[in-house]
Amino acid sequence: MDIGGINPVILIATLMASAVPILMAALGETVVERAGVLNLGVEGMMVIGALGGFVVAVHTGSPVLGFIGGAVCGAALSLIFAALTQIFLANQVATGLALTLFGLGVSSLGGQGYNGIKPPPTGQLLPDFLADLPVVGPIVFGHDWMVYFSILMTAVLWWVLKSTRIGLIIRAVGESHEAAHALGYKVNRIRLMCIAFGGAMAGIGGAYVSLARVPQWVDGITAGAGWIALAIVVFASWKPWRVLIGAYLFGGITVLQLNLQVAGSGIPVEYLSMAPYLITILVLVIMSAGRRGKANGAPASLGQNFHASR
Amino acid sequence: MKRRTLLASAAMGLMLASGAFAQGMDKVKACFVYVGPIGDGGWTYQHHQGALAVQEAYGDKVEIQYQENVPEGADAERVLTQMALGGCNIIFTTSFGYMDPTNAVAAKFPDVKFEHATGFKREYPNVSTYNARFYEGRAVQGHIAGKMTKSNKIGYIGSFPIPEVIMGINSYYLHAKKANPNVELSVVWAFTWFDPAKEADAAKALIDQGVDVIASHTDSTAPLAEAAKTNGAVIGFGQASDMAEYKDGPRVSSIIDNWAPYYVKRVGALLDGTYAQQDAWEGIAGGEVEIGEITDKVPAEVKAEAEALRDSIAAGTYHPFTGPINKQDGSPWLAEGATAPDGDLLGMNFFVEGIVGDIPQ
Repeated sequence: MDIGGINPVILIATLMASAVPILMAALGETVVERAGVLNLGVEGMMVIGALGGFVVAVHTGSPVLGFIGGAVCGAALSLIFAALTQIFLANQVATGLALTLFGLGVSSLGGQGYNGIKPPPTGQLLPDFLADLPVVGPIVFGHDWMVYFSILMTAVLWWVLKSTRIGLIIRAVGESHEAAHALGYKVNRIRLMCIAFGGAMAGIGGAYVSLARVPQWVDGITAGAGWIALAIVVFASWKPWRVLIGAYLFGGITVLQLNLQVAGSGIPVEYLSMAPYLITILVLVIMSAGRRGKANGAPASLGQNFHASR
Repeated sequence: MKRRTLLASAAMGLMLASGAFAQGMDKVKACFVYVGPIGDGGWTYQHHQGALAVQEAYGDKVEIQYQENVPEGADAERVLTQMALGGCNIIFTTSFGYMDPTNAVAAKFPDVKFEHATGFKREYPNVSTYNARFYEGRAVQGHIAGKMTKSNKIGYIGSFPIPEVIMGINSYYLHAKKANPNVELSVVWAFTWFDPAKEADAAKALIDQGVDVIASHTDSTAPLAEAAKTNGAVIGFGQASDMAEYKDGPRVSSIIDNWAPYYVKRVGALLDGTYAQQDAWEGIAGGEVEIGEITDKVPAEVKAEAEALRDSIAAGTYHPFTGPINKQDGSPWLAEGATAPDGDLLGMNFFVEGIVGDIPQ
């Protein structure tokens, strides 16, 4: 069963859980960017969600409420970004970066006094007899509900963006905001809602770090996961299933490289440490290079502000 | 032009301020550069406790300034320069990676005192270094680990392959081996001081492969939080800080870095004019390294042995690196009865015999 001292079943089960924060944040950002908004504040929204989720879960004793709290906090922070870029037409790149710095600072301030507290555990969803099955047990049945939720969200977003009217409107706004405006869609209002959705998703991703993956609160707990999520969105050509592949690849290789170190693989540690970044980028670039031009698919209005007077 | 005038006047001001050095100073501005957030519950938290102790000891005579999350490298140089220009009289740089920036900035501000933690470069007369003999604490942890492991697999989460960390790994392994000849050590390099998610992943990787005692050399409590998920099957140690909140969980003991006495002493020396460049390296005996309470999870007999080991190190009757010890490749390092010279320890770049795996270069 073991390959080179590593049990692939445990590895796959672990990577599915460890990819959840990046996956959630990247899915949210995919929707935001498909609507033509570049929000570089993912890291800030994640860390605020991590704190918000943690605080709510600790005070209510319910991890589910915690995740909702994380989503609300992430969305609230993203609304600052939305107000600045959609109403006051501030530069999206600068505002997004500021949002990250702001989120890190606010969470550090708000997190005073929450160090060293343990949140209520986010348990396994399905009963033990299913999770104890060989092979499929740990991989398919042994997770907490957020893992299933993240996969479900991937499928839902793929379907919404591809086959529904809402998805069409979001894409229209992102591809050509003038045309969408001419058709009578409220471009800035749609974008604002997408930004709030992205913020909520990033908040949930952050809350997963502080409630399930680590589980505790320390300053700067997301430690750069938001930036990885941003990169994955681009390399995944703004497609939900590819975002899932990217997040699993990144999470998987991160887990794998640590396991390889423990197992004493003999591969120099430096190569193992950079492997997650290199391989994820490489695979996603190759995937999008397959269909030249068309698959590259950056939304045409990405990063441009819209005002009806223009 | 304006900037140059500003710099010049700032430098002038510093020179004027430093005129009073020999007779001591009326008021000292002590500044601290931290690699992580003060809320990390570990390394940086303890340094900040030291800074607070300085404030408490001297009250109005001291002004404390600190900056958190300063990346090692070029950013550190910028922060240090700002602090020096901002009137800091003494600057404590609290991570190994600040070594070169500290010396570079020290060259430009000869009247500001610089204190670099865990490094070995003192290129200018105003640079002192200070460190704690953490390997003494690692010896005690290693003994507990060797006695407590059921799977005979123990783990160590390393941050960066620097002498400081390698020393700790060697000491931990040697004493685990002494307590339990069948023990195997797995080392995981996280290549970060502070990244709770990654530290948790590293702990998970160790646990997945059957390790049941985990020591860590990173700054957060994440490895203990991960161990706590196993419902008591895996134990670990508090690192840098007591991490007492995991006492009823996986934490069986800890190494506590107590920087307060050193910081109070050095700032005090600056105040009364007795300050001189030095290279400080205190251990359990000097109170800089404390062993946190050993919990009831450890059998009384093992606890007594660990405490005896601690006391013999403190009394100076036992050195954790006492020969015969061979290097990993089998070549002899210390002869029977010989103890490791400090120079060897501070430049340590090899594993001792028995540890599997290479040190990343």
